[in-house]
Amino acid sequence: MQKITRRSLLAAAPGALALTVPMLSPRRASAKDYGPGVTDTEIKVGNTAPYSGPASSYGTLGKVETAYYKMINDKGGINGRKVNYISYDDSYTPPKTVEMVRKLVEEDNVLLVASPLGTPCNSAIWHYMNQKKVPQLFVATGATKWNDPKGHPWTMGWQPNYQSEGRIYATYILKEKPTGKIGILFQNDDFGKDYLKGLKDGLGDKASMVQVEASYETTDPTVDSQVVDMKAKGMDVFVNCGIPKFAAQAIRKAGEIQWKPLHVLSSIGNSVAATLKPAGFENAKDIVSDFYLKDATDPQWKDDAGFKEWGAFMDKYYPDGDKQDTGNVAGYCLAQAAAHVLTACGDTVTRENIMKQAANLKDFAEPMLLPGIKANTSATDWAPLKQVQMAKFDGARWQLFGPLITGAVG
Amino acid sequence: MTAPVTSTTGSAATGNTAAVTAAPARGWRLERRHLVSAAVVVVAALIPLVARSFVLFELTMVMIYGLAILGLNLLTGFNGQFSLGHSAFYGLGAYTAALMMHLWDVNYLWTLPAAGGVCFAVGFLFGLPALRLQNLYLALATFALATAMPQILKFHALEGITGGVQGLTVDQPDPPSFLPVDSDQWLYYLTLIVIVLMFWAASNLVRSRSGRAIMAIRDNPIAAAAMGINPSLYKTLTFGVSALYTGVAGALGAFAIQFVAPDSFTIFLSVSLLVGLVIGGVGSIPGCLFGGLFVLFVPNIANSVSTGLAGAVYGIILLLVIFLMPAGAAGFARLAVARLTRARRQ
Repeated sequence: MQKITRRSLLAAAPGALALTVPMLSPRRASAKDYGPGVTDTEIKVGNTAPYSGPASSYGTLGKVETAYYKMINDKGGINGRKVNYISYDDSYTPPKTVEMVRKLVEEDNVLLVASPLGTPCNSAIWHYMNQKKVPQLFVATGATKWNDPKGHPWTMGWQPNYQSEGRIYATYILKEKPTGKIGILFQNDDFGKDYLKGLKDGLGDKASMVQVEASYETTDPTVDSQVVDMKAKGMDVFVNCGIPKFAAQAIRKAGEIQWKPLHVLSSIGNSVAATLKPAGFENAKDIVSDFYLKDATDPQWKDDAGFKEWGAFMDKYYPDGDKQDTGNVAGYCLAQAAAHVLTACGDTVTRENIMKQAANLKDFAEPMLLPGIKANTSATDWAPLKQVQMAKFDGARWQLFGPLITGAVG
Repeated sequence: MTAPVTSTTGSAATGNTAAVTAAPARGWRLERRHLVSAAVVVVAALIPLVARSFVLFELTMVMIYGLAILGLNLLTGFNGQFSLGHSAFYGLGAYTAALMMHLWDVNYLWTLPAAGGVCFAVGFLFGLPALRLQNLYLALATFALATAMPQILKFHALEGITGGVQGLTVDQPDPPSFLPVDSDQWLYYLTLIVIVLMFWAASNLVRSRSGRAIMAIRDNPIAAAAMGINPSLYKTLTFGVSALYTGVAGALGAFAIQFVAPDSFTIFLSVSLLVGLVIGGVGSIPGCLFGGLFVLFVPNIANSVSTGLAGAVYGIILLLVIFLMPAGAAGFARLAVARLTRARRQ
């Protein structure tokens, strides 16, 4: 056995010291608490969006979000940490979303998945994210089920949900035309049916006012026959829940056949550039709709400070992006909200703290939300945006009217 | 297959197993393909000891797509009937498993044969009208099946059962308590066992009398009928078996993804399976697994090359593969082996 000499002790001492120093140092830095994917210089954030496939027009949300984080990084990052935003293509197919999200969580080791897009895609990862306790923050879909803090405490929605919009239309119709006969046009899928349910729930015992329920498929060439049918059956209220292409067709057809009902247009199809212009402004006059975002194609915002800020961002960081596309406004707001939560986390950048901060939004306003609309959350309320404002089209632009309305669902 | 081989001797139930047991008359020989298969299975069984969960998940999906492609291959590659409708059978299998677990709390293992059975029945029935259709017309008819499937699942009257567009959540199978594996590893092994059994069965099927009858119909239907093969029966049965394979793959897919929704089973899935079939090798059983690799990984590779041009990159890769391996991966492998052996002999 080797004898311990003074010399060997002296030789060992610096080594022993060197060993203890790194053991001590993390203790000193204990004010910082990091979850997976976070270092002093970086936060990894994951995302999925449809860059290919039938829903690829929504892919622009992922692109504008990526551009937003590039801007954040150019400005020095979030609390000194650069955001490494990893966005994968899921082509809007749920199995691909599961695969890509598992890759983000298990391989890329992201801290959270921010604004994954699409109702079926988010439904597919809903269970997984909550099992793994990874934040699925501010999902880019308006389905009603995301506000479930008890059952799914790691998932949070963002936009006003379709059902509450449906209820808002019901309230408006009951006030304007309490004895009207309602025809509704909706897309035969989740959001279309959410609108229908919201409208009927809002009408309550007067749900029988809805006399024509006409659906369309995204693959249909036109919706002309549905519109003609509604006129023939004597409907005098038209709730138009089409995506821009179909909403525009319906407006144009109604104009052609001289049908002048009380026309309520849902928020998914109320873009001036994508819907009203192709439909013809003369046909679109007096249509009412609801808004929570500033319509980028609406000239009334051209001197608005928030709108200018967004315009400057688009010019510099996403020059390819179409400024008339509402997706680029929605994506901007989503990224801004996620960045706000990350900033609020301070140096405790953990998954738990993200959900805690996200559930603690107090009157959070964004430049591209309508004036007065603010995001609010609490431990029991995980639906950040609930307010919308009605507007009437005067033949050239949307004129906001009335107070901000809060939907009753979720 | 327990189908009578000839219509004249309808009572002679010469099934697949019978054909295999008949083989020893010629003497069972250990062939190179047996050794290769055994080696592949051993390696596959060892992978979970070293691989991470996500890699296992990906490999599980590769096997599942491989199995679905095998189903299509039995129909298209061996029997010469086109189908663009296999996404419908895949979805039907997935929904059968999901609904049985959702509505009646059936153990997941029972859902696999059930999914296979349901798909066999539907496939067989669909095979009956398909008898009147050839080639492109059959492709169109099955295309209709694929387009109809997501809509049927969304249909209002069925919404209460199918969950409509919102889909259904499926619980991931828990590993049996006596095995020291986690759920990803268990699913991998479960899939591996199912795959080995079904590939073995398919391989025996195509080497049996029934298999030769199936291929004879593909090669020359008139000559086949003249030899006493009943083409209608064989074609419909092949349709059923093909749907069975794809349906079991769908059920396994539902376990792996833990979610079923109409948007998961669109025509695009059918096209992917067809691409996997051609890439793997038409009429090759092991090639199907290579097809599965292609279906899962190439879109990801394309996406990592360029997010904006993912579709174009995918197309370029597809063209390159077709040019380099015109007979699919299986043909390429055969060619390579032949070249190597010739080089050694010289």
